[in-house]
Amino acid sequence: MTAAELAIETRGLTKQFGTYAAVKDIDLSVPKGSVFGFLGPNGSGKTTTIRMLLGLASPTSGEARVLGESMPGANSRVLPRVGALVEGPGFYPYLSGADNLRRLDSADRYASSGTRRARVADALERVGLSAAAGKKVKAYSLGMKQRLGIANALLTPRELLILDEPTNGLDPQGTREVRNLVRSLASHGATIFVSSHLLAEIEQICTHAAVMSAGSLVAQGTLDELRKVGRPRVRVETPDIQLASGVLAKLGMTVQPAAVDDSATDVVAVFGEKPAEPDAIVAALVRAKVRVRGFALESPSLEDRFVSLTGEGFNVDH
Amino acid sequence: MLAALAAVPILIAIAVRVTRAGDGGGGPAFLDRIENNGLFVVFVALTVCVPLFLPLTVGVVAGDTIAGEASNGTLRYLLIAPAGRIRLLVVKYIGAAAFCLAATLVVCIAGALIGFALFPSGSVTILSGDTVSLANALGRSLLVALYVTVSLLGLSAIGLFVSTLTDVPVGAMAATIILSVASEVLGQLPQLDWLHPWLFSNYWLGFGDFLRDPISWSNFGTNAALQAGYLIVFGALAYGRFAAKDILS
Repeated sequence: MTAAELAIETRGLTKQFGTYAAVKDIDLSVPKGSVFGFLGPNGSGKTTTIRMLLGLASPTSGEARVLGESMPGANSRVLPRVGALVEGPGFYPYLSGADNLRRLDSADRYASSGTRRARVADALERVGLSAAAGKKVKAYSLGMKQRLGIANALLTPRELLILDEPTNGLDPQGTREVRNLVRSLASHGATIFVSSHLLAEIEQICTHAAVMSAGSLVAQGTLDELRKVGRPRVRVETPDIQLASGVLAKLGMTVQPAAVDDSATDVVAVFGEKPAEPDAIVAALVRAKVRVRGFALESPSLEDRFVSLTGEGFNVDH
Repeated sequence: MLAALAAVPILIAIAVRVTRAGDGGGGPAFLDRIENNGLFVVFVALTVCVPLFLPLTVGVVAGDTIAGEASNGTLRYLLIAPAGRIRLLVVKYIGAAAFCLAATLVVCIAGALIGFALFPSGSVTILSGDTVSLANALGRSLLVALYVTVSLLGLSAIGLFVSTLTDVPVGAMAATIILSVASEVLGQLPQLDWLHPWLFSNYWLGFGDFLRDPISWSNFGTNAALQAGYLIVFGALAYGRFAAKDILS
């Protein structure tokens, strides 16, 4: 893929705070027109990367190119074409939602003041905040502030939107509206870079994704490519757990440890190097007199892939 | 804050009016002249405000410029708007300078209004003994206000610089106010008289020159040059610090 087709491209991007590397040598390639999911557990370096992409922080080493220009050097040329929500919304509590947007819009030298009022009203309309436009932000709920933050990113037509955890604090309706908004923006040709730790969300809206873990980029590609890496597995529902496990193991499959008690009613096994035909597996099970009550072939979910890449642990790394 | 500043001349005027203790001796400069002409409430109020109240409020405003935005979470959004870092510093400094002017004018206007309400107006006997018309004296008052505003510009630049060092606005405000007090304390030590001409607070009370005939501009010129020096030095420091700063707030 050539550089002209990439909305975001980083080469060896690293950010060091003292001796601690928040972001280590990452090479991101975000194609133009994609909806790119940026995944990773809390503290994995997503927001630090976004700060470097937006020119808020300078890389310790490496390069970040956004819309073809190097950041933070090209801030004044690149940022007017980029809308962003970074680490939660930030607003003046004593100004109304609409006044906050007007103030931020007037900070943008390139935004026309003549159309400001209309653009602010339009952005508020798109996130469903028209009714609360005149209310002071301190009276807003977390979800309303989040919507206002998204409205700020939409004040002018943007080529690239960088949304850091856009559905944080939103109710289910709000989450769905954000998904629809992202789809409609993408259908108009904008590139959308969404960071999230919510996999379901990424799976629903993204075309591409990258996974961060402890500051490193551990995978990136289209969603299908990411899923393909994991191996499919079979789930056999049977009362003869021991017997079935033996048969599956003999076929070269890795049986996942089942529940220790006797309550288990199924066996899950991951395909080995040379996957057997599903029909052959069932035939082998039946020959061994396993009472097969159900048989399912499962393709790996993004969640499995995510957990296998970032580890099972709940604790924040480092 | 502006209301608190306006209260200073009002309290002074009421106190003088109630006690009628204007028979010389004690109190800030010009206090004994209030009973002759209400306009002197302005000068007494400025003499009281310049060493303490005005630096306090200017420290709060200047210290809040960048650190306040950072703690609010709005700094990152202003910068990605993009506001431009130099432009943001310049706009913030102009805002602080406008506050210096507004604060001084509030003290002057409140002082003049309460002074004329409680004491005689009419032609004014100034410090050199000459008597000038009221219009002339009001003109001189505006020059005094300008002098005081200019005096505070150096402190504003220091506050702007301190504000770029932290994300905690209260810390920046306190540091700015402490620096202003420190400068005044150093100015009181005769052993350090070689240092005095370099202290930004050295000419703060020099506005009496405008109340003499002929008006002497030398203090004004020296003060303006000194304040401009502070503005250049601390403006450059603020730029140096802020232009390459990682915004992590």
